[in-house]
Amino acid sequence: MSTSSLLAPQAGRRRRARCDTALGLTFILPATIGLLAFYIWPLIRGIWLSFTEYNLLTPETFTGLANYKRMVRDDTFWNAVVVTLEYVVINIGLQTLLALLIAVLMQRLTQSTVVRSIVLTPYLVSNVVAAMLWLWILDNTLGVTNQILESLTGSAVDFFSSSLAIPTIAVINVWRHVGYTALLIFAGLQSIPSTVYEAGKVDGASEWRMFWRITMPLLRPILALVLIMTMIGSFQVFDTVSVATQGGPVNASRVLQYYIYDMAFGRFQFGYASAMAVGLLLVLAAITILQYRMTRAGETDLD
Amino acid sequence: MTPTTPTTAPSSRQASTAATVVSKAPARSLTVGKALAWTAMVLIMLFTLLPFYWVLRTALSSNAGIAADPTSLLPVDANLRGFARVLGMQSTEEALADGGSGAAINFWLYLRNSVIVSTLVTVGQVFFSAMAAYSFSRLRWKGRDTVFAVFLGALMVPSIFTLLPNFVLVKQLHLIDTFLGVALPTMFMTPFAVFFLKQFFMNIPRELEEAAMLDGASKVRVFFTLILPMAKAPISTLAILTYITAWNDYFWPLLVSYTDSSRVLTVALAVFRSQAPQTGPDWSGLMAATLVAALPMLLLFMAFARRIVNSIGFTGIK
Repeated sequence: MSTSSLLAPQAGRRRRARCDTALGLTFILPATIGLLAFYIWPLIRGIWLSFTEYNLLTPETFTGLANYKRMVRDDTFWNAVVVTLEYVVINIGLQTLLALLIAVLMQRLTQSTVVRSIVLTPYLVSNVVAAMLWLWILDNTLGVTNQILESLTGSAVDFFSSSLAIPTIAVINVWRHVGYTALLIFAGLQSIPSTVYEAGKVDGASEWRMFWRITMPLLRPILALVLIMTMIGSFQVFDTVSVATQGGPVNASRVLQYYIYDMAFGRFQFGYASAMAVGLLLVLAAITILQYRMTRAGETDLD
Repeated sequence: MTPTTPTTAPSSRQASTAATVVSKAPARSLTVGKALAWTAMVLIMLFTLLPFYWVLRTALSSNAGIAADPTSLLPVDANLRGFARVLGMQSTEEALADGGSGAAINFWLYLRNSVIVSTLVTVGQVFFSAMAAYSFSRLRWKGRDTVFAVFLGALMVPSIFTLLPNFVLVKQLHLIDTFLGVALPTMFMTPFAVFFLKQFFMNIPRELEEAAMLDGASKVRVFFTLILPMAKAPISTLAILTYITAWNDYFWPLLVSYTDSSRVLTVALAVFRSQAPQTGPDWSGLMAATLVAALPMLLLFMAFARRIVNSIGFTGIK
């Protein structure tokens, strides 16, 4: 009797532990299927395809480094790299400055949800909607911006010309994303204890001085995180280009992602497109590593 | 940093009431700066919202009216024909007379497709991610932390990289141009959704779970009758965010859907735009279509603004 009562709970515990394993694996099964089929397998498949020639119809043939050699010599590819970088610099620069301004204004002026919601509104519409809306507002002939510009200066501006297409697309995407970025920075600002500002005020520091001496140093790690997160997103610009300019005029706005798309689905050269995707992946991986370094450096700086 | 003594550190609530009092009183040097700051804030809000008004104003105008008075703040020759054209309620002759392309368009259909796809993605992703999050946070099994690390690692895989192989896979599954094909890659999970829910599940007190199990409930039962209802708030927040993301997605549906049978609103809008003649596009119709595509998410946002806005701080710190 006494032995069985001693053994029973043990057996029960062991059975429960075994049940957990079975149940645990059952519960992650659907998610694991998704992970393997749509993250891990494509990753392997994409790298493999980059060493092949593949057009969807016939089986892929292994061509070694041919795609990469072609990439290095492809002027359109390098043009796409330059155009993408131009986009990233304008988009990130403008967006970060504006988002920082909005976040600080929100923190120092009002914590109102209404204000925060208004700033976020463009983020709720798709890139396609944003592109359509600005195509109309910036239209050469009937768009309201050029109507006003013409009455003021006498001449219209072609916002989608070869020299302005990328800056225009960058600004359109700033309009859509700046509220989201501002809210991320705002969340970071909220973590700075208000006592620090009150102390600053007691010491007679101006708002400007408090921004540079308190806000910026304490915000640095979060700012670095936000900056690099938005940068990874902005390297993958596609929707706005696809709707607004289709890469044109000529190649003026043919960003990397659009060139990859065009190569795969316009010319069915999946191997070459995959090689370029690997190139982009390496750039993004480098940025991610940089993020690790920068945020970690920021943390030690704080303590 | 200047160390703060307790006496000079009032609570933040006191501080903010003090600040509002200062801003209302006609007082000192702060006022000019505050006025400038508010001006900047109002300008930013106008920059945010005016484009939406301009779309509405254009959609309600006639194409002839737009050409005659391009800067009028109010709709010119106000009518609903732009919307009628977009929703397929105008005959081809009427559409052509109003400046439309005459191509058949029926946004009701794409609206329905978008609802089907976004619902499939949201229900699947949130439910399966909740199951995985429960397993990662509440169940004990060997190798759990390693598997979770692999899930988190998938956060790093950029979408451009998965798009081409995923297309090949969906094609091999013969799911091109089907709702399932459009929904599949995000239907099972996203690493972020799993992580988001795990954070909340971990905070549910273990005592509640143990009490339920003493009452004879199985772990499966605990998940359905205890964990899911208790995490209603984060689950619905995630569902709203997922729905919006799925609704606004463009690149993947563009690759996968070729015909009306699976085409979603974002793609339909882009197609509608590409059909518009380069000379004298149907701006009234295009802007009506833009509004039709944007309105459902704007309404959803109005209903859940506070929840969405407050969750963004959390999503950022991932």
